[in-house]
Order: sequence, then C-alpha cells, then structure tokens
Amino acid sequence: MTDIAAAPESLLAAPDQASQREITREITELHAAYRTREGAGETLHATMHDFPPYRSSILRHPTKNPKLVDPETIELFSPAFGQRDVAKIESDLTLQHAGEPLGERITVRGRLLDSWGRPLANQLVEIWQANSAGRYIHQRDQHPAPLDPNFTGAGRTVTDDAGEYLFTTIKPGPYPWKNHVNAWRPAHIHFSVFGTSFTQRLVTQMYFPGDPLFALDPIYQSIHRQTDRDNLVSAYDHDLTVPEFSMGYRFDIVVDGPDATWTEGEEEH
Amino acid sequence: MGAPRKTHAPSAGQTVGPFFAFGLAYPKMHEVVFPHSAGAIVLGGTVFDGAGAPIPDAIVEIWGADADGSVARARGARRRDDHSFTGFGRAMTDDEGHYEFWTREPGPSGSGAAPFFAAVVFARGLPDKLHTRIYLPSDAAVLDADPLLASLDADERATLVATRTPDGGLHHDIRLQGEKETVFLAF
Ligand SMILES: [Fe+2]
Repeated sequence: MTDIAAAPESLLAAPDQASQREITREITELHAAYRTREGAGETLHATMHDFPPYRSSILRHPTKNPKLVDPETIELFSPAFGQRDVAKIESDLTLQHAGEPLGERITVRGRLLDSWGRPLANQLVEIWQANSAGRYIHQRDQHPAPLDPNFTGAGRTVTDDAGEYLFTTIKPGPYPWKNHVNAWRPAHIHFSVFGTSFTQRLVTQMYFPGDPLFALDPIYQSIHRQTDRDNLVSAYDHDLTVPEFSMGYRFDIVVDGPDATWTEGEEEH
Repeated sequence: MGAPRKTHAPSAGQTVGPFFAFGLAYPKMHEVVFPHSAGAIVLGGTVFDGAGAPIPDAIVEIWGADADGSVARARGARRRDDHSFTGFGRAMTDDEGHYEFWTREPGPSGSGAAPFFAAVVFARGLPDKLHTRIYLPSDAAVLDADPLLASLDADERATLVATRTPDGGLHHDIRLQGEKETVFLAF
C-alpha cells in the first residue's frame, strides 16, 4: 500500500517506452488472438479492458469477469436532464471567448439512439477536446503546442425531440502522449452520454475519416472489431457543411440497452 | 413480452482519458443533496489500482433512489438548486485518489430489496466504463435476500457493501484490480 500518492503527471509516461513497431506488433497479435477466441464461440466486450498496448491500463483493468445481473429498478432509469440544464450557447465552442479560435471550424451533428434505433430525446451530451494545435487547456497537458486564448474546448447540449444534437467547434489536432516512443493520438472529440437507463451510460471518442494514426493508436485499437472501430469515425457530410462557414461531420451514437431497457409504448422513462 | 431483436450495434466505449476535468466538471456536481441538510451524509472512499496505489484521475458517478425509494424524475437534474434531490452525482478523485459525495441514503426500490447506489467508474487507463453497486450496510437478512449479493462469496460481497463511519457517513473504496478487486457488473 502506498501512503503518499505519486504526482499524477508522473504517471502519464509509461516506464518501458516501447517503440511504435513493438506496440503495433502487440496490437496485431492481440487482435488475432481475440478473433480466434470469438471464432471459438466466446463473446468479448467490444472494448477490451485488458489491453496492454495501452500501457496505463495494465494496473487499472479488472482481472475477473463482470457479474451478469438483472438490472434493478434504479438502474433502469437515468438522471432526468433536460433543456434547462444547459444554455444554448454552450453547444458552440467557438463563442466562449472574446475572439474567434484558430483552426478549421466544424459542425458536428448526430442522433442519440438506443439498440432498437429509437431516438433518445432530452439527453445530456457533453464533449471536450484539444484545440486545433492538439493542446488541452488542462494544466497537466505538457505538450509544447500553443494554447488558444479563444478556445476552451468543452461544450454540452441536450438532444431535441428527434434525439439530435449539434455542436459548432474547431477540428482538434492530433497530440503526442507518453504511452510509447512517438505515440500520437488521432484527432478526436470526447463524448459523454447517458441514455434512458443508467446501464447505458457511455463515454467514448469521435474520430475523423481517414486518419493515418488509427492503426498506430492503442486506445482506438482497444476496440478489437473493425466494425466497432468504424462506428466511432464520423462521416464528412457536405449537406452539413455551412457555406462560407464550417465543415460538417455526422456522428450518431448508439447506447447499449439490455433487453430490460426495452419498454413498449412508452415514450421515455 | 420480450424485447424485439436489437437492430443497432452499440457505440463502443473509450477511456475518459487524462484531461476530462474541464469537460465534465460542473458546479456542485458531487452534491446530490445540499450538505448538512436533513438526512445528508458523506459517501466517500478511494479508488485504487492493482498495485494498491490511489488513482488520482478517476471519476465516480452515483445514481440512487431517494430515502423513500422513489426515483427523481424532475427534469433539470444538472442544475443544483440546493434543495431538490436529483439522485445523480459525479465526483473526480483528488491527488490522493479520494472521491466524496453529499447524498441521502437510498430507500429500497422494491419490497425487501437491499438499497444501493448504482455506480459507474471511469479513469485514465481504464479503456471503458465499469458498473458496480454500493450497498448500504443493512442487516444481514436484507443483504442475504439480494440476488446479486447472494450469488457472491463473502470476500466478493464485501467489495460491494459500504461501511459506516463514526460520524454516520459511508466509506467505500473501489479497487479496479488486485486481491480485493471490486465486483463489477454486466447487464
Ligand atoms: Fe483526448
């Protein structure tokens, strides 16, 4: 047991500092092993909790299988957020300061759906991201890229009656991290959503089409199936592109409902 | 009636990463009820990794029924008005891995059911969320009757039941890995 905690920033660098070649080899071997296991009839969680190429997961993943339980009443409800929880301006990350942030202005629009494709209205959507240079406002981000005095990088909104959300922001830059030598995260926006049942709680990341860093990134590759990884990549949508203003990306999010979250003829619960 | 076949693949979860605080923090997020109001208690503990080291960049969220077992349904649960019970709280661990909520103790959601807080954990280094429960330290008969607790051995069960602090609060550590690894749930 440790009495005095290590300084959090000291934990950010993996001690072994493997090469990218080594990390990529580990990813490839693990994915092949998962395919074999699934081929033999095992069902693996979409995101592997035990995924050593993501070095800081080594001491932070459970080693036992989760217990399969029937959700109790409270777990079949979720916090009752609503339109009055956020101001309209909070969905526009380019309007939070006196000046305009630098970078490529984008609009991100999508729907929040459940496993049966039903749109989820009145749902809180929270996002956060790096600026266009790949720098987070967080004090422990040591990446020597410029901060943008006109960009914080956090926004939130509530889905409308069609389950739709819309953000205006700046395309985030890729950024280095200390998982291994020359480790870079593909550009991404962090998303947090709830669903109608607490069992559906989801934190994920939205990516941009065609990023050359996908195959190299152990966080993205902790999702072992290609189809699941593809679902986290937004689609460029020219109809969402606003003339003379912003590039448009579409990103739908599906929360995972166990069957117990299905309720017939009820609009929301 | 059973649910029909699912038609949409769920979006996979991803780690909350290291730099979530500025995106997810909001005023009084850990105050499910107003501190020191009637029935308010502190629920707190430490989140540990597999080496027994505290995790300074984790998030714990709780979601629970009110003292009478009712579930808060009034919209606007993110704005703290200092008197409404919203049932939901979010806490980020500090540099010592400690999290803390002000909340009320949930009542049973069904007859004879053991009351608990539903909880979810996120952290840097944790590739996806983890669900768990924080049960109140009720008497043994109530805990024995709970279907989940009844299915666990004594050591596992101990990881899900909070302990009473001398001042009437609740203490509950969460261990992501290791000998006393918390029991996590799939639905
Ligand atoms: Fe990030």
